[in-house]
Amino acid sequence: MTGADTKKEVIFWGLLAGIFGLLPVVSHNDYHLIMANHIIVWGLFAVAFNMLFGITGMLSFGQALFYGIGGYGVGLMVKYLGKAWFLPGMAAGVLAAAVLAYLLGFLIIRVSGVFFTILTLAFGQLAWQVTFRWYHVTGGDDGIQGIIPPGILGNKVFYYYVCLACVLASVWYLRSLSNSPLGLILRCVRQNPARVRFLGRHVRRNQRRVYVISSVFAALAGGLMSGVDNSVHTNMFYWTTSGEVILMSVLGGIHQFFGPFIGAALIKIIEDVVGSRTEFWPLIIGLLMMTMVLAFPRGVVGEFQMLKARWQWRALERARRG
Amino acid sequence: MDLSSLLVQFVSGLSTATLLFLVASGLTLIFGVGGVFNFAHGSFYMLGAYLAYTFVATVKLNFWVAALAAALGAGILGMLAEALILRRIYGRAEEGGFQILLTYSLILIIDDLVKLTWGTEYKSLSRPPGLGGALVMGDLVLPSYNLAIIGVGLLVVVLAWLVLTRTRPGRIARATALDRETLGLLGINVPLTMTVIFGIATALGGLTGALAAPLRSVTPGAGIEVIIDALIVVVLGGMGNFWGAWLAALLLGEVNAVAVAVAPEWASLFSYLVMVVTLIFKPEGLFAPRQVRKV
Repeated sequence: MTGADTKKEVIFWGLLAGIFGLLPVVSHNDYHLIMANHIIVWGLFAVAFNMLFGITGMLSFGQALFYGIGGYGVGLMVKYLGKAWFLPGMAAGVLAAAVLAYLLGFLIIRVSGVFFTILTLAFGQLAWQVTFRWYHVTGGDDGIQGIIPPGILGNKVFYYYVCLACVLASVWYLRSLSNSPLGLILRCVRQNPARVRFLGRHVRRNQRRVYVISSVFAALAGGLMSGVDNSVHTNMFYWTTSGEVILMSVLGGIHQFFGPFIGAALIKIIEDVVGSRTEFWPLIIGLLMMTMVLAFPRGVVGEFQMLKARWQWRALERARRG
Repeated sequence: MDLSSLLVQFVSGLSTATLLFLVASGLTLIFGVGGVFNFAHGSFYMLGAYLAYTFVATVKLNFWVAALAAALGAGILGMLAEALILRRIYGRAEEGGFQILLTYSLILIIDDLVKLTWGTEYKSLSRPPGLGGALVMGDLVLPSYNLAIIGVGLLVVVLAWLVLTRTRPGRIARATALDRETLGLLGINVPLTMTVIFGIATALGGLTGALAAPLRSVTPGAGIEVIIDALIVVVLGGMGNFWGAWLAALLLGEVNAVAVAVAPEWASLFSYLVMVVTLIFKPEGLFAPRQVRKV
């Protein structure tokens, strides 16, 4: 990383912590708080997803599976053992996601490309079916309501700051992972798996590794979300949830580390402005996805940087001529 | 369970299998020949069902004519989608992922357009005249429409096989699968071929939707359920493997028939179970030839 990049990164982290850290101080509106909370938690989910897609080139259509496990880990613990089990529930959900992702990795990372996408989708829908139909345990389509974090965590503002701390720490960890030798290998896996083998590295093993990492943070996002909404619902497992997190990443830019986070913020804002006024929300996100893929495949952040590079190049040309 | 009711379940499973195979064959065709993964294939199935409903209920066409017209309609819409949208990203870096995303956006768009056009309530289509009853042989009662579906399915399979192996268009299709560049050098219009193949694949999907409409109610959102079933068939059969898909559909259809009889509530989970077991023991597909393991 060059000095300019480091400076930019510091500024970005500063902005991120500043905007979201100061929001409860500036606005005492409950609605804004929940909105910001949704943005940061979805932002984490999207960044974790993009470790798979943007960095390693594995398009999973089933990360909702782990997001749901995180949510239901908390939900089931609170429902059956009481609200003191909120945090242990979150730990259990994350642990369960790690174990499941590790085991599933052996099943579905033997096949590549489209098959990986198909299988992640199938396993995600399998989990949704089970949650949906196992009514007397999971509450089926009713979901689980009244998940209130215990003690001081019950305070909305305090819970928001806990979420923010978790999200910042997790994104920081994922960022350093992406800059580490492992991150480099993962990028090589996306670009040229054959050469990774020539270098004596394992393609599949690294794919399984990032699959587990991504899933763990998806589950953490799900667990955090259960405390924001005070409920969990089978929709957390549904394929449209996986689709939404994909759209966030594509909108923000899959080849930019922070793109998905910005995409998450944009989607949540668009959803807030448009979604409440129309029942045809899927049509809108469908058209948005199509526009991005056809016209702006680099995403908002990527296209912006492209534009900036072009301006700089033009200025350089002008200077040379003049 | 006595023998005759077992046989009834078997026939019911066979008709499910036929429908599954018809959907999956369209998916396999366009993937095997064109290298395009059409995630929205189930949406064309749904369009076929809705079009057939309109042709029968509003235009008052005969059911079979309506089913063919619905297939034609789904085919034309498919060709439009390929020529206007999908074609734009052929050859782009990381094409596979973007194809999935693009066809995913089609699922969402088609779903909502269907809701706008036909509303959200359930639509049902009655069985074609003459096939509403059942074939009775002794104490064996077989619903005649299910038998008709099996017959139509066999007809389509044999026709598709003949066209692919014995005719010039079939040869062109197989050549497209192998080497598009050389095909273009030989004077074949490759982009047009791709569009037509995409159209045939979506027409197969539409036809299946129309045929299934009298058995299952027609609802928006059916596209995703169908695509997942079809994908499981394709995974089990081995992608692009015509006969493998047929055997896999047969297996899943019968498993489903047994599951409905044994545990109706959990029936939809059994096909996933078959998939999981297959993935553990033979990840390249049940009926695919064993491949040389890569180092």
